[in-house]
Amino acid sequence: MAGQEQQQPQSRDTEVEEDIPEAPPAAPDAQASAATQGVDDLLDEIDGVLESNAEEFVRAFVQKGGQ
Amino acid sequence: MTAVPERRAGDALPAGGAMRVMGAETEYGIHAPSAPGANATMMSARVVQAYAQVTRQRAAGGAETRWDYTDEEPLHDARGWTLERASAHPSQLTDQPPVLDAEAVALAYGREELELDGEDEAGSLLMNMVLGNGARLYVDHAHPEYSSAEVTSPRDAVIWDAAGDLVALAAVRRLASDPELPPVNLYKNNTDNKSVSYGSHENYLMPRSVPFGDIVRGLTPFFVTRQIICGAGRVGLGQDSSTPGYQISQRADFFEAEVGLETTIRRPIINTRDEPHATADKYRRLHVIIGDANLSQSSNYLKFGTTALVLSLIEAGLAPKVEVYEPVQALQAVSHDTSLTARLRLLDGRRVTALDLQWMYHEAAAKLAQDTGVADAVDGDGHTHDVLERWATTLTQLDSDRNAAATSVEWLAKLSLLDGYRDRDNLAWNDARLGLVDLQWADIRPEKGLYYRFLARNRMQRIVNDAAIAAAVTEPPPDTRAFFRGRCVSSFGKDVVGASWDSVIFDVPGYGRLQRVPTREPLRGTKALTGGLFARHRTAGPFLAELLGHNTAPPPA
Repeated sequence: MAGQEQQQPQSRDTEVEEDIPEAPPAAPDAQASAATQGVDDLLDEIDGVLESNAEEFVRAFVQKGGQ
Repeated sequence: MTAVPERRAGDALPAGGAMRVMGAETEYGIHAPSAPGANATMMSARVVQAYAQVTRQRAAGGAETRWDYTDEEPLHDARGWTLERASAHPSQLTDQPPVLDAEAVALAYGREELELDGEDEAGSLLMNMVLGNGARLYVDHAHPEYSSAEVTSPRDAVIWDAAGDLVALAAVRRLASDPELPPVNLYKNNTDNKSVSYGSHENYLMPRSVPFGDIVRGLTPFFVTRQIICGAGRVGLGQDSSTPGYQISQRADFFEAEVGLETTIRRPIINTRDEPHATADKYRRLHVIIGDANLSQSSNYLKFGTTALVLSLIEAGLAPKVEVYEPVQALQAVSHDTSLTARLRLLDGRRVTALDLQWMYHEAAAKLAQDTGVADAVDGDGHTHDVLERWATTLTQLDSDRNAAATSVEWLAKLSLLDGYRDRDNLAWNDARLGLVDLQWADIRPEKGLYYRFLARNRMQRIVNDAAIAAAVTEPPPDTRAFFRGRCVSSFGKDVVGASWDSVIFDVPGYGRLQRVPTREPLRGTKALTGGLFARHRTAGPFLAELLGHNTAPPPA
């Protein structure tokens, strides 16, 4: 919604401006920072799920041939 | 779910589109972290055994049945000859016995290993099951393999293949709860990144009248480039991953030939194994070995859907007239080019990208579907329209909106996670943690598998719902002979002594000898044709009497 408001060229004169004083200056940056936040959250979760001792775990995964 | 128009019982499927009799085979990577030296064939047999215990609990009759090997013909070549048994590689002899014995262990490990290991423990571990959902669960060399029941659409192919992942999960859970045995992890991937690959195969029924040369010419450029929509992604380049990097396909680096019978050595882009598992003078079963195992529903759906469309083009004589120069090298070049900008040389001198080639096939398939009417949004076959749309959307996104594509295309979704780690922690491509992300992406346990973490966060699209997949663990597809097979196993399990793709064998008191019911027509034995028969009979004797007496279904060959 913040992004929509900012796309209206004359929004400076409206009351809305006071409601969103901390809105990021540009939508692309806001999106990028939200995406980064999403990735950070995701990596935090995956950190907790990954097997410990990556090197040993990966080395031990040895398969016999298949089709 | 898409509304599918009713077909009359036994009708042929609508031609020209994405409907076709098809099925998936998945060999799972197997690993017991607490027992790294454990014999993989033995562990795989334990997986099958564990699932037998699960089904025994679930169904009073015991939803397990031995496999019948009578019609296995792994050495028949579609080009018209049969390989001499003596000159076959041992791993090509897939018409093996149903229990884990010395021979089976020796096939995977060699004689010396067998003597070290001993065969006592293996004893009579079950190697093969036919499931109530029509699938086969068995040990293939040194991996557990789930071969899905025959279905008629790419959507059902996704559902019954994903049901196999739940079957495998149930076995993993069962083993984890057994204090006597080491826990076993299963991975839906295709390589250990140390030079070994194992397959996930697709099967498509085709009329035998289509010349095999047309199939080779029509499919090869498509198979070289199909990976950009359905590759599962792989950390490492080269069979042994000795070159750091990331590539689109798990399998591409393991292919060394253009056409051939082998599946375990000198793997060919087009496999010529000719076991129709059906009336042999009418059908061939095209055995596709080049695909990656997919967890992404969308990638799996497009893998089956687009391939079915291209086979329809080949049958109609309308496949794009293109030939790729040196297809094996081109296959690997496409896999190694995550920018999708590399240009492949065609024999006519043109240079085109993988995306260009996919668009050529899409355009031809869309035209054929329009001419035959199967893609009509209202009166079509209920599948082709959707496959064509998703195919186009995915190709467009791969070209211009990779973030969007990463919610459906498996190799891009995995890459987005790897890139996250690389950016945050400054990891080089040969860092073990990236190798672990690649491996654990495919762990079939939802709490450990990274694909499933993506799915839970809605970072991956669903195209079928979870309830449909769960139901397919026990329910056979209604519209192929798999219905008859599955229902025989789940209704009369204790009287069924064996089953295969094209037969069910009964041992019923009162009959002097075994009764073998052939099921050589894949579109018969459906719910529409045999559902009433199963509803009328609680016991196998009267069921068989009506089946054989009135010859209702499936017809003897």
